[in-house]
This record gives sequence, structure tokens and C-alpha cells, in this order.
Amino acid sequence: MSDTAIPSGPRKPPITAVGPIAWAKTNLFSGWLSTAVTLAMGYLLIKLALSFIDWAFVNAIWSVPSNAQGPQTQACRDLRGAGACWAVIGEKHRFMLFGTYPYEQHWRPALACVLFVVLYIISAIRSFWRWELALVWIGMLTAIGILMWGGVFGLSYVPQERWGGLPITLILATFGLAFAFPLSILVALGRRSSLPAIKVLCVLYVELIRGVPLISLLFMASVMFPLFLPEGMNIDKLLRAQIAIILFAGAYLAEVVRGGLQALPKGQYEAADAMGLSYWQKTGLIILPQALRMVIPPLVNTFIGFFKDTSLVLIIGIFDLLTAGKTAIVEPAWQGFGVEVYVFVGAIYLVFCYAMSKYSRGLEADLNRHRRR
Amino acid sequence: MSETTSDPRYKRRPPKRPLRLSWSDERVRGIFWQIVVVAAVGSLIYWLYSNTSHNLAVRRIATGFGFLDREAGLPIAESLISYEPTDTYFRALMVGVLNTLKVAVIGVVLATILGTLIGIARLSKNFLLSRIAGAYIEIIRDLPLLLQLLFWYTILQGLPGPRQALKPMEGVVLSNRGLKLPALIWENAHTAALVVFLLGIIGTWAYGRMARAKQMADGQPRKVWPTALGLMLALPVAVWWGMGAPWEIEYPVLRGFNFRGGINVSPEYFALLIGLVTYTAGFIAEVVRAGIMSVNHGQWEAAQALGLKHGSVLRLIVMPQALRVIIPPMTSNYLNLTKNSSLAVAIGYQDIVSIANTTLNQTGQAIEGIAIIMVVYLTISLSISLFMNWYNARIALVER
Repeated sequence: MSDTAIPSGPRKPPITAVGPIAWAKTNLFSGWLSTAVTLAMGYLLIKLALSFIDWAFVNAIWSVPSNAQGPQTQACRDLRGAGACWAVIGEKHRFMLFGTYPYEQHWRPALACVLFVVLYIISAIRSFWRWELALVWIGMLTAIGILMWGGVFGLSYVPQERWGGLPITLILATFGLAFAFPLSILVALGRRSSLPAIKVLCVLYVELIRGVPLISLLFMASVMFPLFLPEGMNIDKLLRAQIAIILFAGAYLAEVVRGGLQALPKGQYEAADAMGLSYWQKTGLIILPQALRMVIPPLVNTFIGFFKDTSLVLIIGIFDLLTAGKTAIVEPAWQGFGVEVYVFVGAIYLVFCYAMSKYSRGLEADLNRHRRR
Repeated sequence: MSETTSDPRYKRRPPKRPLRLSWSDERVRGIFWQIVVVAAVGSLIYWLYSNTSHNLAVRRIATGFGFLDREAGLPIAESLISYEPTDTYFRALMVGVLNTLKVAVIGVVLATILGTLIGIARLSKNFLLSRIAGAYIEIIRDLPLLLQLLFWYTILQGLPGPRQALKPMEGVVLSNRGLKLPALIWENAHTAALVVFLLGIIGTWAYGRMARAKQMADGQPRKVWPTALGLMLALPVAVWWGMGAPWEIEYPVLRGFNFRGGINVSPEYFALLIGLVTYTAGFIAEVVRAGIMSVNHGQWEAAQALGLKHGSVLRLIVMPQALRVIIPPMTSNYLNLTKNSSLAVAIGYQDIVSIANTTLNQTGQAIEGIAIIMVVYLTISLSISLFMNWYNARIALVER
């Protein structure tokens, strides 16, 4: 009867309802306020990006000539901040990364850093979370110690005073966590203990450490520890700072672990008791495996905090990555190029911390999968 | 639980067993291990103490806080109370404590404002805004604070000198000598207006309570804002006007090599404040975001179904629930900011750590110096904790 053709199949939605236009309409221009914000933000973003590209690439100087008096940085100074002087990185990056370690031996700290990264990656893979992992840690850390000190296998001996840069940062962070983590578990268990004396000691330790800044502990390590030891006995500055970091990290990690212990349903404790397990059997076989699994994401976040906090050793004069960066620009020729150096050092910290935080978020999503509908 | 159950069996305690002197008795083992641990810790402390006292005797260092009364002789660039290098160490340390509080209090206020804005921006439906906020949070949180402080300080020092200073606005001058702001010349009229304003706040609060009590009685809502406006704005302005309306502003002017007049924000303080505020704001933003997201969507819908306005939904339904989640982590962020202000020593702002450190180097009183730092921070931390715990208890969910 009618000859209007009925279109076959479903009709396509209008172009304003699907695809990039619809996306932009809902996410960028949904109202006058949203449009104004998008335009303002877009303008600022483009302006900032352009000036950053100008500074970092277009106007930047990548290398400077050098003569008998050292590098000639006049070209960089003539820029007056209009462009970055990446020449300082080219000239000083070995110093910033490895400090005063003998120049021709730089492959050793470099290899040590690679070993650290390999160790982190192995520890991050969940199928490796077995007790054998502890052996891998011990083996790797020994290998790193041999590499850094030398004195055996034909490696020349390098005293600890000459170490510096990235390896120091990684050593402080890794050894700090390796010792602080077991300590924190003991303290967290102690704080939940029914024995009053042990509980009081653990509470005092945690609250005192958490109430004061890390700097005061580092000052304590640098000026008070020598007074604590018997005459003639002396431990070097790096080790003292390491002890301060372990004590500090232990208190914060203990609170995270305690969160896990408290979140575990009471039935688990009671069931373990009903099975007739001893305290350590109960803790090692039932409680800790579940409690620690629950707090892995906050633990990783605390690790990120520590990794950043190791930079505070700058204040007591230990040669870590940030101190090396700060020292690199003390030389008159390179004075005033702090921004470039801090961008470089910051990029290294950013890579490590971003990797950890990305990992932590992935893990959190993974571990919470059963809770999602 | 036992209070609500009337079953007498729950109230009965298990009978007390006599203590058996045997290893199989749990309580005997408990007492034994406690004695072992306390003895170990005690002997460690005794060992450290005896070493220390021996070392101090060998080095002829007298312990005690007697040095606090001696002349300090250390110059301090900025202080809230009057200070001369001829004053005592005690006064120098007081200046340090006040400088720490100055940066901590202003830092907490600014970081809360900035962090809340960024946290809300992160939740915005606008894609660009939420991504920019997200990138900010990620980058700021992944860089060490000390690095950021050094970075800001370097940038401030790289600014042009006073003669070529940047002048973004009339009276605002930014140079490598710091930030100069115009200052209002303070007179009695201003003090009076401020007092009236504070009284106005109290009056508004009292009126608000009364209005609510009346609404509870007769169901009629009463407008509070006209009274609030009158008490907090009109009345102070009237007082100020009545006392002659003094309004004289002192602008910073270039004299010789530096600016005179106006408010002076030193580059050290400015760098520390920018660094602390931007860093802590990144953490606060995440706290605020998590708090707002923790409120169930059904709460919004239920409140709207009751016919509440958008503002009322936010104020009466959503915020009270979000605050419960926000307050505890916010407290630890405030504490962190206060403790992080100790990094001032790296860029030369003279806070308590910096001054105590100088004192310690000048007098050799290491133990006392560090004890002072720790006591000051413990006091500040405990005060913030107590206040926030009180506030938290006030807004906490009242359960059965």
C-alpha cells in the first residue's frame, strides 16, 4: 500500500550521540561552566607546554666547548634562563650517578644498580612470593656488596667513603626496608600482644618515632650515636644513617602491619587457637599470611615514602643521589644551573616512584577482584 | 555486648586457675618472656647510658640545660618576636619554635584549601580538568619533598635582582630578595573593627543556634544570613568608619639595593611555604577525593528524593559522611606537614631544627639540642592529634 521504503536493519544513531563529538560534548563541553573551564585549562596547558618545549628543546644548549680552564659555559649564561643548559647533565651525569667512585670503575656501581632493579622486579612478581625469595635477596645483596667494595675476584678495593650517587640511594632504601620490615612485624605483633610490658614498649617505640621528624633521628645518628658507643668503637656515618632510617621505617611499617592484623576477622585467631597451634605456629601459618596480603598496597605506598625520604640524608652530608646533584653545581663553571640538575635527578626519582605506585595500584585492583561485582 | 545481653551466663567470668609453676602454664611463660624482654631492653639502655656518660666525662662536656641562659650570638634573619644576637639561647630557640609554627599554621591552611580544590577537580566530570589534577597529584607525590624545596629555592634565587624585579601587580614585587607585598598601616580603628568582627562571629553562631532551636519548636525556617552579614560585615565596617576610616597603604619602594616598607616574605620562607603547600596538597587531594567517593550514591538520590536543595544535600547529607572518612588521614597529613617543615634547615630558613642545630654546634650540647628538637615536635604532634581526635569524636557516627 505505501511505497515508503522501510530501511532494513537498525538505523545509525545521529553523529552527535556517538563517537568523538559526543564524547567531547559530554566530557568537555557539557555546560557553559564546563566549556569555560575546558577553554581556560586548554589555553594554560598549551601555553605551558609551548614554553616548556622552548626551554627544554628549542633554545636548549646540549654541549659546551671545553678548554684548559675547564668547560666554557658563557653560551649557557647568555641564554638568561630562556633555554635549558643540558650541557651540565652531559658533563656531570657520571658524577651525579656514581659520585666520587673511581672513574674507570664506574661499571661496578652501574651493575650494582642494575642488580637492584632486577631484585625489585623479581620481588614484584607474585609467583615468586615464596620463602626462597629471601635466599635470592641475600645472594643479590652479597653480590652487590662485593661489587661495590671489591677486594676479591680481582676487583680493586674501593673504600665506602668514595661511594656516592644512585647506589647510595638504592642501598639506603633497600637495606632499610630489608631490615625494617621484619622489625615492623615484630613490633606490630608486640603492640597487639596480651603481655602488658611488651605492649607498652612497642607503643612507646612507635609513638615516639612517629612523633618526631626523620631529620631529628638523622641528626641523632650523626652526632649522638658516637656518644652511645664505648670508646674506640666507631661505626661509619652511612651505617649510622642506615640505622636511623631502619628505626624510622620500622615504626611506620609497624602501623601498616597492625592495620592488617586488626582487619583480620577474630574467627581466624580463635580457629587457630582451637586447632591447638602454638603462638608462633598460629602467627606464622594463619595470621601473617592473611594479614600481610591485605596490607600490600599500603605497604608499597609506605615504601615509596621511604624511597623519597632517603634523600634527607643530604642534610647530614651523606653522598646520595640528591647530594651528588647539589654538589655538581657547586663548581663555579656550573653554578646557577640548578634547575636542569634537579629536573634530571627528579626524573630518576620519578621513574622509580611511578613504577612502584603503578604496581601498587595494579596489585590493589588484582587483590580486590573478588570483592568487585 | 555483654551489657545488652541479659543472659547471666555471659556475665560469668571463667574461674581463676591458680598459677602453676610449670612451663606448660601460659601465664608463667608470659611472665618469663616479659622479664626477658624488659631485662634486655633495660640492659641495652643502661649500656648506652653508661657509654654516654663515660664519653661525656672523657670529652669534658657538662650535661644539663644551663647553656640556655648564655648569650647566643647567633644572628637570625626573621623572627616574630624581637631578637638580637646578644639574647640568650632560650630566646633564640623560642624564635625557632615560632618560625616553625608560622610556616606550619599557614601551610596547613593553604594546603587544605589547595588540596580540597584539586581533590574536587580530580572528581570533575570535565575530562581535561580531572586529568590535569590527576597528573599534578601523581607527579608531586612521586618526587622527594627535599628535591622540590631545593628546586623552588633555586628558582627564587634565579629571579632578577631588586632593580629588575618582576612586578605582576601594583605594589607586589618579586625579586631574588623575596616577595614584597603592600602593607596596611595598622591603626586603632583596625583593631577595633577586628574585635567587632570576632564578636560578630560569636554572635552569628549564637543566633544560628537560637534560630535552629526555634525552628525545631515551631517548624518555621529562619534566615540566618541577613543577621550574619550585619554582624560580621556591616558592624565592623561601621565601627571602622566611625573611627575615621583610616586607609593608608605602604608600598615597597626601592632604596639602594633592596626594597623598604611593606610586608617582606623572605625567599627561604617563600620557597619552604610553596614547597610544603604544593606537596601536601597532592596528598590532601587524594584524601578529599577518597572521602567524597566513599559516600554512597544512594545517599545523594535519597536526599534529592526528600526534596532537599543541592546545597543542603551537600551540607547536611554528603559532607558529614565524607568528613568521617576524611578527618583521620587529614590529621596525619597535617602532622606530616609540620614534621616536614623541619626540612627548612636545607634551604636556610631558621626554624627550630636549624637553630637547635646551630646551638648544638656552638655549645657541643648534642644530647640537649636533639632532645629540644624532639620535645618541640612531640608537643606539636600531640596537640594536633588531640585536637583532631576531639573533632573526630564530635563528628563520628553515633552508634548503639
